[in-house]
Amino acid sequence: MSAAKNININLKIWRQKNASSKGSMETYKLDNVSTASSFLEMLDQLNEQLINEKKEPVAFDHDCREGICGMCSLYINGRAHGPDTGITTCQLHMRMFNDGDTIYIEPWRSKAFPVIKDLVVDRTAFDRIQQAGGFVSVNTSGNTIDANSIPVPKDDADKAFEAAACIGCGACVATCKNGSAMLFVGAKVSQYALLPQGKVEATNRVLNMVRQMDEEGFGNCTNTGACEIECPKGISLENIARMNREFLKASVK
Amino acid sequence: MAKSALLKSSIAKKYWMALTGLFLCLFLAGHLAGNLQLLVPNNALNFNQYALFMTSNPAVKLLSYLTYISILFHAIDGILLTIQNKKARPIGYAKTDGSSSSFASRNMAVLGTIILVFIATHMVNFWAKMHFDKNMPLMTKTIEVQGNKQVFYVGTQVGQYFPVEQVAKEGEKLEQGMMPKQFVIKNKTELHYSQADVKTADLYKDLYKITLDFFKDAKYGLYFTIGYVLAMLALAFHLWHGFQSAFQSLGANSSKLTPAIKFFGKAFAIVVPLLFAIIPVILHFKK
Ligand code: HEM
Ligand code: SF4
Ligand code: FES
Repeated sequence: MSAAKNININLKIWRQKNASSKGSMETYKLDNVSTASSFLEMLDQLNEQLINEKKEPVAFDHDCREGICGMCSLYINGRAHGPDTGITTCQLHMRMFNDGDTIYIEPWRSKAFPVIKDLVVDRTAFDRIQQAGGFVSVNTSGNTIDANSIPVPKDDADKAFEAAACIGCGACVATCKNGSAMLFVGAKVSQYALLPQGKVEATNRVLNMVRQMDEEGFGNCTNTGACEIECPKGISLENIARMNREFLKASVK
Repeated sequence: MAKSALLKSSIAKKYWMALTGLFLCLFLAGHLAGNLQLLVPNNALNFNQYALFMTSNPAVKLLSYLTYISILFHAIDGILLTIQNKKARPIGYAKTDGSSSSFASRNMAVLGTIILVFIATHMVNFWAKMHFDKNMPLMTKTIEVQGNKQVFYVGTQVGQYFPVEQVAKEGEKLEQGMMPKQFVIKNKTELHYSQADVKTADLYKDLYKITLDFFKDAKYGLYFTIGYVLAMLALAFHLWHGFQSAFQSLGANSSKLTPAIKFFGKAFAIVVPLLFAIIPVILHFKK
């Protein structure tokens, strides 16, 4: 690995006071950014500079900073979670950038993800989709059954696990030219559809989750495949196809 | 619930796009087979026979109604979906990067609209003439009779030829010159005896001539040819993404199936528009 150095960068960042204000792109200059720092540390550095200048720091979402919570929703240089694939923004490092670069940072753009402030968007639409059907019934009467007592083919278990790796970050929606949430919903439908435990609610699950998805104002998938490429967890388009099959089965029932 | 979901939901709209799109791919294959007959030398009779079959056979009629409905439904649904999708992102990005999707996949609506405009002009130029034009030319053949070249109308039964000077157009006077004309044309293509008014034969509409004249037109033929080729280019891009996309929409995606579908789709997207496009080019430049 090459040694860390310091670079000077220009930032163009979306600033918006609150949900109802208009917002615009603002330009900032930030010097002496270590290429060893993470992208979010760079933003921390910018905010320190802004606070010292008695200006309002940039609001952005983050929590775990290790790629599992899905909070760090930044659209960087025209790509969800920035350059590099298979990562969230918190896993992006400044070594991906060069001295003198101009970096655009924007919030997820979707009717269903309204901006709350600056780069922070409201992703509760995903929660409502999940609540519409993303659950299974379990027996809570005390006679708990060991999870492994129901046999599951290895292939199905693997596919369900891959689907369940979705962290609900919303990069698929942000990157899709149609603002479609079908990769997310496809993953959530698949993770249950593949397992025996998920069969009980299978019919209503897919109908209700898709209805909620449409009501939230997400667009319609046209199979461009951009979501699959930008998804930090490698969720594949096969999950959308599976949802489409499940939906057809449920609709004719 | 289930019933309305099959019409209104986002996924159901995708099923309809896919089904109509794939049906139109079948239509393209059939239409191409017909058009290719234009390249066979001296094939006017076969081509016009084919054109008559395509406009009169009841099974073909049913298929053609299905095709009209599919085109309308596909175009309307496609445009509605595109409008909805634009609304799903009211504020766009200041900076975008197209690297994660293909040109064709991002421009299906533009490509489709080009195809729609093409289909409309194509129908005015050929389909409407074939179906409705009162002045649609009828097929004739020049035969040497005792050293003299004579022009005949060609009947649909083998060996039926009627000298053109013996045939009156609908509404035309029978007696002009020395002898009254023996035949009169009714209902565009029916040949009747002028005296007894019995139907003698059916004549062919000359779609072959219409097509050749169109692309060989001294003034506009070149532009028509270029326009045709460009429309086929748009079709190629539309199919490049669309063919495999339809299978994904219908839920047919698996590691075994998908590579084969993608391969076939790309081959279809190149071969079919290319074969369509070379026909007017050859017709235009042939002497
Ligand atoms: C012969 C003509 C045509 C053929 C063979 C054809 C074929 C297809 C196919 C196979 C698809 C993929 C469907 C899917 O992804 O599920 C598609 C998508 C599409 N077509 Fe066509 N199409 C034709 C004409 C048109 C026309 C006239 C329009 C008019 C605007 C149009 C607009 C669209 C749009 C917007 C899409 C993308 C929709 C989506 O993916 O949701 N197409 N087409
Ligand atoms: S499918 Fe991928 S991109 Fe979409 S929400 Fe889940 S993890 Fe994020
Ligand atoms: S902050 Fe948790 S995934 Fe990035």
